[in-house]
Amino acid sequence: MNAMDKATQWRLLGRTQVEDLVIVPLFAFVAALFLGALVMAATGVDLAVIGQSYVALVKGSVGSLNAVSETLTAAAPLVLAGLGLALGFRAGLFNIGAEGQVVMGGLAAVVAGVALGDFPAIVALPGALLAGALTGAFYAGIAGWLRAVTGAHEVISTIMLNLISYRLLDYLLRTPLIQKEGRADPISKSVPDAAELPRLLTFIDANLRVHAGIFLTLAMVAVAYWLLFRSKLGFEFRAAGENAVAARFAGMNASLTIILAMAIAGALAGLAGANQTLGVLDRATPGFSAGIGFDAIAVALMGRSHPVGVLLAGLLFGALEAGGRQMQVDAGVSIDLIAIIQSLIIVFIAAPLLVKALFPWGFRREGSG
Amino acid sequence: MSVLLDKARLRQTRITGGVLIALGVLIAVFLAPDAPGVATFRLSRPTDVWPVPNLVVPGGAFIYVVSALLAFMGVRLFLKGGARWSALILGIGLAIAVAAFLVWATAGKSFSLTGMLQATLVRAVPIALGGLAGVLSERVAVVNIGIEGMLLAGAFTGALVGSLAGGIAGLAAAVAVGGMFGFILAALVVTYRMDQIIAGVFINLFVLGLTSYISSQVFQEYRALNNAPVFRAIEVPFLSDLPVIGPVFFNQNIFVYGAFILAGLATYYLFHTRLGLRARAVGEHPRAADTLGINVYRTRYINVTMAGMVAGFGGAWFTLGSVGRFDEGMTGGRGFIGLAAMIFGRWHPVGALLAALVFGFADSLQQKLALLRTPIPSEFLAMAPYIATIIVVAGVVGRARAPAADGKPYVKE
Repeated sequence: MNAMDKATQWRLLGRTQVEDLVIVPLFAFVAALFLGALVMAATGVDLAVIGQSYVALVKGSVGSLNAVSETLTAAAPLVLAGLGLALGFRAGLFNIGAEGQVVMGGLAAVVAGVALGDFPAIVALPGALLAGALTGAFYAGIAGWLRAVTGAHEVISTIMLNLISYRLLDYLLRTPLIQKEGRADPISKSVPDAAELPRLLTFIDANLRVHAGIFLTLAMVAVAYWLLFRSKLGFEFRAAGENAVAARFAGMNASLTIILAMAIAGALAGLAGANQTLGVLDRATPGFSAGIGFDAIAVALMGRSHPVGVLLAGLLFGALEAGGRQMQVDAGVSIDLIAIIQSLIIVFIAAPLLVKALFPWGFRREGSG
Repeated sequence: MSVLLDKARLRQTRITGGVLIALGVLIAVFLAPDAPGVATFRLSRPTDVWPVPNLVVPGGAFIYVVSALLAFMGVRLFLKGGARWSALILGIGLAIAVAAFLVWATAGKSFSLTGMLQATLVRAVPIALGGLAGVLSERVAVVNIGIEGMLLAGAFTGALVGSLAGGIAGLAAAVAVGGMFGFILAALVVTYRMDQIIAGVFINLFVLGLTSYISSQVFQEYRALNNAPVFRAIEVPFLSDLPVIGPVFFNQNIFVYGAFILAGLATYYLFHTRLGLRARAVGEHPRAADTLGINVYRTRYINVTMAGMVAGFGGAWFTLGSVGRFDEGMTGGRGFIGLAAMIFGRWHPVGALLAALVFGFADSLQQKLALLRTPIPSEFLAMAPYIATIIVVAGVVGRARAPAADGKPYVKE
């Protein structure tokens, strides 16, 4: 291939990458907000209130120190779980099971945290986090193992593992080892201080919830980047995802790749759960996962399965979540609107053909390149 | 090749045999000594036209007989093979194991078996219709993760329109809205070539968000919009007087009858009509179907829209067939269990219905056992269908085969 061709290719690549990484996500976001406004209008919300609610959305996500703190707090688990899903996508695995892995990881972190409560924080906190990651890895590893050994499709098995995890959580929260003393309802013991992810800004205001989990999250973004683009294992993940047959003929162990990719994805989702129980909730309760594992699918998609993209998408979704709560308070618009907006973002991101059909002037015409 | 296959089959029968032996031993060791007295199953109410006497089973003896039977079947399979029948034998084995379990749980007490079977059918309805929707769309190779959302959309529309214009209108609207989401799924995956699983995830999240939003934004304020009439049970004359069978099969509401009728219709459509043959051709080999002049895109649109309508009907069960009001996320994963039923039923409408009945039975069994206060936590029984699904998908008990082109987009050349 001569140099001219290469230069042309690079230019084309640059243009399509801008479309892919900037125009499509941006359009998706704006279009989703617009359709969200239409939904509000259709349910009888005044135009003034619609404006007010989007102002509140901004105010509640970046408008004050507390808002930023809330955004970061909400973003951290989404980024963590989203990183795991992104790794899976790169390896050609569709892991719907992040939710179950968040549940199991979060619960395991509480159990380990309680068990290690008498140790100093330098032992207790890493121990609890590790327990969360390993449990998530194990739980996802079941689906990976089934896929690798028996060919059971991971979409079905992870959906089933999600449903199992809810029931398992309900059961385990009532066992004497885990249940809070003197309670009849399913609720775990509180995480001792030593195993908590410490809050960072309580010296400014005791209500600021942002905690050390954001450093953990940033570190994991770096680790995921290194793993995916700088390590042999990551190369094997990507090779398996691009062309599984070619990867096998190149001598890679396909089964092992699948199991490892699922386990690492599960470890990250487990950390997301641990981040919630050790950093935000202080305990595990039924439904504590609050759909993080499902929102993380959208985060991974919007982030184009790239660790930095996942970080940015996670921040956006965290901002939507934090802003949505403000919206509910200020404008009286139900926070469920945010779920609608998030789902619309998914559809616009994942169907570029739809975006191009709706919004043709932002794109290079097919055939002109 | 065939040697390999034989080996795999032999291994499979060995595993099946081993499972049966283990079940027999477990039942003999744990259940038999703990079942004092007799178990009484009530089969009819005193008011019935033809009352039948209660079924009285001696606890310990029955359980020992079951465990001996299980052990015999297991050993035979293990030693003699017989791969062709292993799935059937396993099914029979599991059924009598469940019977032993029921006798153990009921020993010294009594409960209404007819009532439980009746509840089984009712609980199987949304799962069966969800599974049927899955069959219809996967037979044209469109994976439908969005069934959960379509059920939810049907439930919501049924409640809203049912409150405004009555049950029949609510039902029609639920079917229409379900069909609309089926059409949207088809448009996304066929025309806009979106990943099928992502499209399904989108439909689930979108419907959950939209219905929860309207529910908290509008229904909270205008409660009259969420107060729909409920379809009552319709007694089939004469047949509903039959003992046991009557109340179970012939005194139910239109959703139960609908599930059975639709399963029959879908079977006829898929396997005995020209359109059904075309649909299956599109699911197995779209390129070949296209070459023969079948419009692949249109076939997918039509079948996935029909799948949505079936799911919308199933969704209406939650409101119009049950409680008359909508609650956020009230489908509670039934659509996903429907997908499991589809796989369990090997992508066949009747298979999906039977699988749904098994899941419905597990569901109502769990409720009954909570009432009988057995030491086994009800959560584990609730998990059983999901674990069973994983086992089926993993091919431990005979492999279930999806339509060949399932999940793959088709781009016309």
